[in-house]
Amino acid sequence: MTNWTRKTADELAQALAAGEVTSVELTQAHLDRIAAVDGDADAGVHAFLHVDAEGALAQAKASDERRAAGAPASYLDGVPIAVKDVLATEGVPTTVASKILEGWIPPYDATVVKKLKAAGLPILGKTNMDEFAMGSSTEHSAYGPTRNPWDQTRIPGGSGGGSAAAVSAFEAPLAIGTDTGGSIRQPAAVTGSVGVKPTYGGVSRYGLVAMANSLDQVGPVTRTVLDSALLHELIGGHDPLDSTSIDAPVPAFADAAREGAAGDLTGLKVGVITELHGDGYQAGVLARFNESLDLLRAAGAEVVEVSCPSFVHALATYYLLMPSEASSNLAKFDAMRYGVRVTPEGDPSAEDVMRASRDAGFGDEVKRRIIIGTYALSSGYYEAYYGQAQKVRTLITRDFEAAFEQVDVLVSPTSPTTAFKLGEKLDDPIAMYLNDLATIPANLAGVPGISLPNGLADEDGLPSGFQILAPATEDVRLYRVGAALEAALEKNWGGPLLDRAPELEGVQA
Amino acid sequence: MSATGTAAKLMDLDKVLATYDPALGLEVHVELNTNTKMFCGCPTEFGAEPNTQVCPTCLGLPGAMPVVNAKAVEAAIRIGLALNCEIAEWCRFARKNYFYPDMPKNFQTSQYDEPIAFEGFMDVTIEGDDGEPENFRVEIERAHMEEDTGKSLHVGGATGRIHGADYSLVDYNRAGIPLIEIVTKPIVGAGAKAPAVARAYVAQLRELILALGVSDARMDQGSIRADVNLSLAPKGTEKLGTRTETKNVNSLRSVERAVRYEMRRHGAILAGGGSILQETRHWHEDTGVTTSGREKSDAEDYRYFPEPDLVPVAPTREWVEELRATLPENPTVKRARLQAEWGFTDLEMRDTIGAGAFGLVEETIAQGAAPQAARKWWLGEMARRSNETGVEITELGITPADVAKIQALVDAKTINDKLARQVIEGVIAGEGTPEEVVEKRGLAVVSDDGALSAAVDKAIEANPDVADKIRDGKVAAAGALIGAVMKEMRGQADAGRVRELIIEKLS
Repeated sequence: MTNWTRKTADELAQALAAGEVTSVELTQAHLDRIAAVDGDADAGVHAFLHVDAEGALAQAKASDERRAAGAPASYLDGVPIAVKDVLATEGVPTTVASKILEGWIPPYDATVVKKLKAAGLPILGKTNMDEFAMGSSTEHSAYGPTRNPWDQTRIPGGSGGGSAAAVSAFEAPLAIGTDTGGSIRQPAAVTGSVGVKPTYGGVSRYGLVAMANSLDQVGPVTRTVLDSALLHELIGGHDPLDSTSIDAPVPAFADAAREGAAGDLTGLKVGVITELHGDGYQAGVLARFNESLDLLRAAGAEVVEVSCPSFVHALATYYLLMPSEASSNLAKFDAMRYGVRVTPEGDPSAEDVMRASRDAGFGDEVKRRIIIGTYALSSGYYEAYYGQAQKVRTLITRDFEAAFEQVDVLVSPTSPTTAFKLGEKLDDPIAMYLNDLATIPANLAGVPGISLPNGLADEDGLPSGFQILAPATEDVRLYRVGAALEAALEKNWGGPLLDRAPELEGVQA
Repeated sequence: MSATGTAAKLMDLDKVLATYDPALGLEVHVELNTNTKMFCGCPTEFGAEPNTQVCPTCLGLPGAMPVVNAKAVEAAIRIGLALNCEIAEWCRFARKNYFYPDMPKNFQTSQYDEPIAFEGFMDVTIEGDDGEPENFRVEIERAHMEEDTGKSLHVGGATGRIHGADYSLVDYNRAGIPLIEIVTKPIVGAGAKAPAVARAYVAQLRELILALGVSDARMDQGSIRADVNLSLAPKGTEKLGTRTETKNVNSLRSVERAVRYEMRRHGAILAGGGSILQETRHWHEDTGVTTSGREKSDAEDYRYFPEPDLVPVAPTREWVEELRATLPENPTVKRARLQAEWGFTDLEMRDTIGAGAFGLVEETIAQGAAPQAARKWWLGEMARRSNETGVEITELGITPADVAKIQALVDAKTINDKLARQVIEGVIAGEGTPEEVVEKRGLAVVSDDGALSAAVDKAIEANPDVADKIRDGKVAAAGALIGAVMKEMRGQADAGRVRELIIEKLS
């Protein structure tokens, strides 16, 4: 009997098209897998905050009917998907992993969700994340952490740890994540999955509960480069409801991935970012990185060092701009119109209720960033902090522009280390922030990036990730180069890296 | 804080002016009449059921995003051009972060350091010392785009304000309606005419907005709201004094009164050795006083930053020039043209404008009434009612079309002038169109010879002496009989026909 949860989305699409399986069967298989391994806050992967079995099966049934009538809505019609709990889903709880939105059921769908539904992908449920997408480990979820399927004592990355874990634990073939400073790419790296942050504006943000609007981007989390390309094509494109979305046709990402899989990179110039490897990077991660560079050379690419001197300021810049925008976005959560409300004893004023609700509803990391952001925007400090950060952001963008005049793509390890232990960095915010060192520059400049698994670090046997960055709107290069490297790696391994992930014990849900 | 508005100690205005120079600043909010809101597709109709014209964006729901209404940008540019402003080649929206109970996002999307229009002016006409019209130039600092907030209804409590209320209801229908805020530079040098300049500025601005067709410009419905800044400085000093900002003054008359009141209040405080508290103040229409609102220092921290969800607005020069070419005739120029067309004297014209009836007269004439007739109704009957009730002449509840119709009925001898006043009363009372009022109240003039003849006979019988005089050829005496007939007919007789009948019968 075929284990449908082990297949890639592309393989599932082909099986559906060939009539080998129905969407209801596929969806049920994944729901069964979720029931077996996902568990809860105390045990199991805990990738999901909300599983919508009924909704997913209804969508699957509709998909089967379309296919029977010979009119599938898309190539991926019927392939189930998981969605990060930061995107609004009509009629399905959306909490952003925060207590403050506990029980909130949006009256509308995010544009990406709308597109998934229109394309016929049954939505299995909403995945766990750091509260309001603030974190690099999914330990800041108000509903308990997600665990890394490779080692359940370790973090799955963040903030999109739920989406990455769902994909790498075979609970969902596809997932949607969001990436503000690396929240798609870093979790993908530490769970052995593929994650793409599209060009800023490449995918609509409408319905994405904003952390930092000028940095946030929705993107795919999958097990292969081709699957990401297929999903990216579905969710990309202009949205009249998001004026920052790019008004241009969606390029043929899947074609680029298929072409890249042939493995020929002759003529490609690859730039290794000097500032993003070396000190502070785990030895095993660097070893896998250097091997990947050799594979690129073997495929015909020329590899050179490229310096981006302003990148050393990227982290500081990010941790001023992001909280500034977040502080403004989060002010609306006042417990008056939706979400939880905490009413103190006695005869409280509206202000007392808001204060108590926010105190109970927001976690420590969220409060920390609201305070930083409020401070950075305040009139006496605006120029010194927010204003300066915007200037450095411009310098980082210029570094990218200069680098892309010399090379076609830039590369680095995605994350400086493999997955660390749950709880290890919880009391040290700065150590936590350092995990996004390599991913943040792309968000500041709005350029696209992909992380794909490039092996296991020798010292801990955990996945490491390889990051490829391209100029804005040149996402096709990510798929072409990523697929070529993926093909070379899998040839060496004799199959996908995830095949080496441990079988998960069933948990009592 | 006083909520009801008791009068403060005031100084005589002449005394104020002997010692101080007033500086004015006016901030006028114009609610645009676009079909949809500033940042979403919700309808903007006034008076709809609460919370029926809302969506995730204007409710500020998590994840919702704004998109700029191109029609609102166009209106902003047209207003800017009409105020002789520069139009920005590139500008942005910013978030103005502050808490306000009926602002669902907890920030207002507005323009901060990059307004769409800036550096303009408007020449307002006031009455000079010699009684002749005099121009006063008001310089415009900026006109920028922003969105309106929702509306709160505070239930329970005596004042209708939030303090003391049992609970509050919020209506978000108005949240996100496009606003243009037009801010003047400090207006100095108006002296004793400051109240008149303030009124004339708002009145002319309102006319301009109406001419542009970008707003309903109804002050009573809040579609134009004026905030009046006022400060006094000792005569001869360059520096401006501490100002107060009187919020949401909602009639032209009140603008003038509020300026005068604040001048007298500031004068009394300063002369008494006190200092002015920089604060916002509430205007009380009924008592004609201002009361303290909230203290407002310059250091209020709105934590402005560019709105990351909106792309910059960059109107092309071609578009701006296109819009400039389609601007309507400037109301001041238009007034001169129409005065000539209508044959009004300067005095008639000035009275018409002074009564705030220029647009009404113009529209009434456009609806077919003769210029003098249109003027007569608006400056006579309607101005009288406006003065008596304190309701703006534009808000009486009778339209130029109604007036034109009434004059047509007079011209057709269906009614006479006296009956017309009753028709006006009926229309204002909401009894229907002029025709319907005539019908319902049975006001039509009787020119039916049967009915009139009987009344004439009765009058002749009751006044034999007068009848004799007429028989003797003293036709002028007919007036007395006409009066009797009119009385009998409750004013609804055709006086001309009555006269003819009397003379017929007695000759």
